[in-house]
Amino acid sequence: MNKKTAYLGLFTAIAMIFGYVETLLPVFVGVPGVKLGLANLAVVFVLYEYGIKEAALVSVVRILAIGFLFGNLFSIAYSLAGAVVSLVCMALLKRVPGFSVVGVSITGGVTHNLGQLLVAMAIVENFSLMYYLPVLLVAGVITGFCIGVLAQEVRNRISGGPPGKFVKR
Amino acid sequence: MKKKDLILAGGICALALILWLAAQFFLPGNHRTIRITVDGELYGEYALEEDQVIAIGETNVCEIKDGRVKMIEADCPDHLCMHQKAIDAGGGTIVCLPNRVVIEAGKDDSGGGLDAVA
Repeated sequence: MNKKTAYLGLFTAIAMIFGYVETLLPVFVGVPGVKLGLANLAVVFVLYEYGIKEAALVSVVRILAIGFLFGNLFSIAYSLAGAVVSLVCMALLKRVPGFSVVGVSITGGVTHNLGQLLVAMAIVENFSLMYYLPVLLVAGVITGFCIGVLAQEVRNRISGGPPGKFVKR
Repeated sequence: MKKKDLILAGGICALALILWLAAQFFLPGNHRTIRITVDGELYGEYALEEDQVIAIGETNVCEIKDGRVKMIEADCPDHLCMHQKAIDAGGGTIVCLPNRVVIEAGKDDSGGGLDAVA
């Protein structure tokens, strides 16, 4: 139990650092508002090694901490919307046979963008934002793919395969 | 990486392409005005032909020049709205989320699409 708590704290810290590191990596210059979502790497990893409850905990604690430190209530609401939608969809797809981490992560990226777009439309009370949807869909696929491949590689190296093996160590 | 992952990725990209094409096809547009809304309420409508600088409240400033609109000032930290694509006769939208400012192309003036051709 204590070990698990420590690990989840560690992953939350990593997710927060990732959020900062990605601001230093100009991956999507020219597409306003699109980022790689490196923090999701930690969340996807925890989702696979522990489960949805632990992943939700890491994700929400990260967003609240970052939000209160550097953002405001709007940015928290905004991040939470994307995080909740994407985590639920990822957990659902993970149960469907035939999808790997990459597919689950792509779903996460796409649904994260969808969630944020819906909240953005609600906040500005304007539906013409929909025209941004195709860009966000493709961006979600690309970022989700990158994160999925990274998560796969990390799991191959530090957990050594089947789900939960990392936890038992 | 499995086969279903690829189908999923391809499917979403295809959907995006269809949506994009649909938007290009159905919303080509011939816009002569822009509408600025703050908090969902109309702030003002301005002609695209007239070069001018518009202060939106105390938070944002946009500029109409040569039939194109760009946000040139915003008091938020990220300045995402200032990097968004300019609005021109073809339409478009610029959004400043922190200040809840939306600039969008006004009513379409292309005269009913197909009817104009027929």
